Amino acid sequence: MSAPLLAEFATPEALVRAMRLAQADGHRALDAFTPFPVPDLTDAFAPSRNPVRPIMAMAGFGAAAAMYALQWYSSVIAYPLNSGGRPLHSWPVFLLVPFEFGVLAAAIAGLVAMFWACGLPRLHHPLFAIPQFERASQDRFLLLVAAKDADATALRESLERAGALLVAEMHA
Amino acid sequence: MSGTAQPHRWIDRERLGYAEICAAVADPIQKRGPGRAWAIAFLGALPFVLATLAAIGAVLTLGIGLSGVNTTVVWGFSIANYVWWIGIGNAGTLISSMLLLTRQHWRASINRFAEAMTLFAAAIAGIFPIIHLGRPLYAYWLAPYPNTMDLWPQWRSALVWDFWAILSYLLFSLIFWFTGLLPDLATMRDRAETRIGRRFYGALALGWRGSARHWALYESFHKAMAALAVPLVCSVHSIVGLDFAASLMPGWQESIFPPYFVVGAMYSGFAMVVVLAITIRWGLNLQALITPAHFDAMAKVMLFASIVMTFSYATEWFMGWYGGDHADRSVIAYFFTGDYRWLYYSLLFCNCLVPQALWFARVRLNLWALALIAVVINLGMWLERILIVWNTLSHGHAVSLWRTYHVSFYDVVILIAPLGLFAFGFLVLARIFPIVSIHEVSQIAHDEGAAAAGVPKGGVA
Repeated sequence: MSAPLLAEFATPEALVRAMRLAQADGHRALDAFTPFPVPDLTDAFAPSRNPVRPIMAMAGFGAAAAMYALQWYSSVIAYPLNSGGRPLHSWPVFLLVPFEFGVLAAAIAGLVAMFWACGLPRLHHPLFAIPQFERASQDRFLLLVAAKDADATALRESLERAGALLVAEMHA
Repeated sequence: MSGTAQPHRWIDRERLGYAEICAAVADPIQKRGPGRAWAIAFLGALPFVLATLAAIGAVLTLGIGLSGVNTTVVWGFSIANYVWWIGIGNAGTLISSMLLLTRQHWRASINRFAEAMTLFAAAIAGIFPIIHLGRPLYAYWLAPYPNTMDLWPQWRSALVWDFWAILSYLLFSLIFWFTGLLPDLATMRDRAETRIGRRFYGALALGWRGSARHWALYESFHKAMAALAVPLVCSVHSIVGLDFAASLMPGWQESIFPPYFVVGAMYSGFAMVVVLAITIRWGLNLQALITPAHFDAMAKVMLFASIVMTFSYATEWFMGWYGGDHADRSVIAYFFTGDYRWLYYSLLFCNCLVPQALWFARVRLNLWALALIAVVINLGMWLERILIVWNTLSHGHAVSLWRTYHVSFYDVVILIAPLGLFAFGFLVLARIFPIVSIHEVSQIAHDEGAAAAGVPKGGVA
């Protein structure tokens, strides 16, 4: 098994074309690195189960319910206070704080879930050792492909034919 | 779009490659010094920062008597400033989230500093309720925590709603802003030439690699945040409206208040964004990214908000009369004939009349005129907030208590000085973080065909 190849392209379209060609030849596209989201690529590499939104929903509704329960407990059980003859369980105004708190909890949980699913924070990664990689956040579109067999020459040539400006090996 | 001959709608350059976009945003921070205009603005803002700190220190030490409030007009500048600042903050979130959800791609070049505006404005707004508490040292009593006094917050109190609304909103805005910034921090890390720069941006970027998998997760999170932000913003300003509407005072106890406050927030906030956009575009030479088409779109939003505000005022007058309650009718009459009538006429002039000039494309595309109108709108919206407080409190149910407000020196300082604090925050931020979203502008350059080499106007690569 040879090291995966990292091919550099000038446009997202060239990258997507090269990826399709490589996949048609039986090679395995591992990942792509782009300065902005490219719909074709996010579709191709999206994790099969995206945990972000379910976690946000659970955290949001859970926190809102907990906050409502706290309000109910504190004003009905722990500290019943007659304020202007209003019912102790004043549910219409008890909805305001749970909403605000639920949104906050959903945001925090979503942020944590996103980082966890991305495998971040991870300040160092073998990819950062490749000099051309620093342009993946600026003006180049990189594709990481694993060749199907031990000799990657065929894959390298096919990538170059598809318009790759530079093809490098990635060593983990 | 009429009246401009630019090659792409939202990018004012025939060709604008990704590298040029990165350079346009990042180089003023990483390669060039701050420049004279920045230094002058920074030095100019410093005295205001000190004045803000002094005013807050003074009111915390000496007490709320420094303000012009009295036993009748118990609310004053602090409350009006609070509503004004939180309103400005809200528009930043609205621009970012509502325009993201409705796929208004032009937001790409203005959303970053609109979000930063939200952060600073919400943080400044949060100061006012605390210093206006009278006993600010007990501010933490608003939070529910187990305590030896066996006390709990009064959940029916608008003050407790405010506490949660501001707290949630501030932290939410911080997360939303940081998420949008994350890919740009990676760009800054990769472009940094000094060791300190690489470490600083590298640590903040948390190892972001721009992998397709990252982007998929990022987009699902960012869109979900935007979808949450819209109802959050509306709820936050509705709660601010409820501070008034949940009372029993004539002129406040109106069901129109929450929506009317939300529109008012959008109105003054968009005006502030226009002012900032004009300044930043000039200060950082971003003419290619912030185009006349952006100002045209924002001016149309302001015009729309102005019309809605005018209708809201008219509804308020009509319902006051139609409701038939003597106290309500008498407060409406007091608007037009009472002690503050000249301020009220100025409010109507600033908020309803002046923005009608935006019907004309020539005005919308003239930045001087637009800046002037935006400042006038912000002035008018502040007048609106202070008059909501003053008119009702000076003319309540008990005739024997009718008094007017007397503006104190402290009031003037706490009104003006935070503007300098806001500018100070922005100036510092603009020297550290990209003030325009690099990845979103790159994407729009790609979608509009401006980034592709040799592609003719309007073409798609």
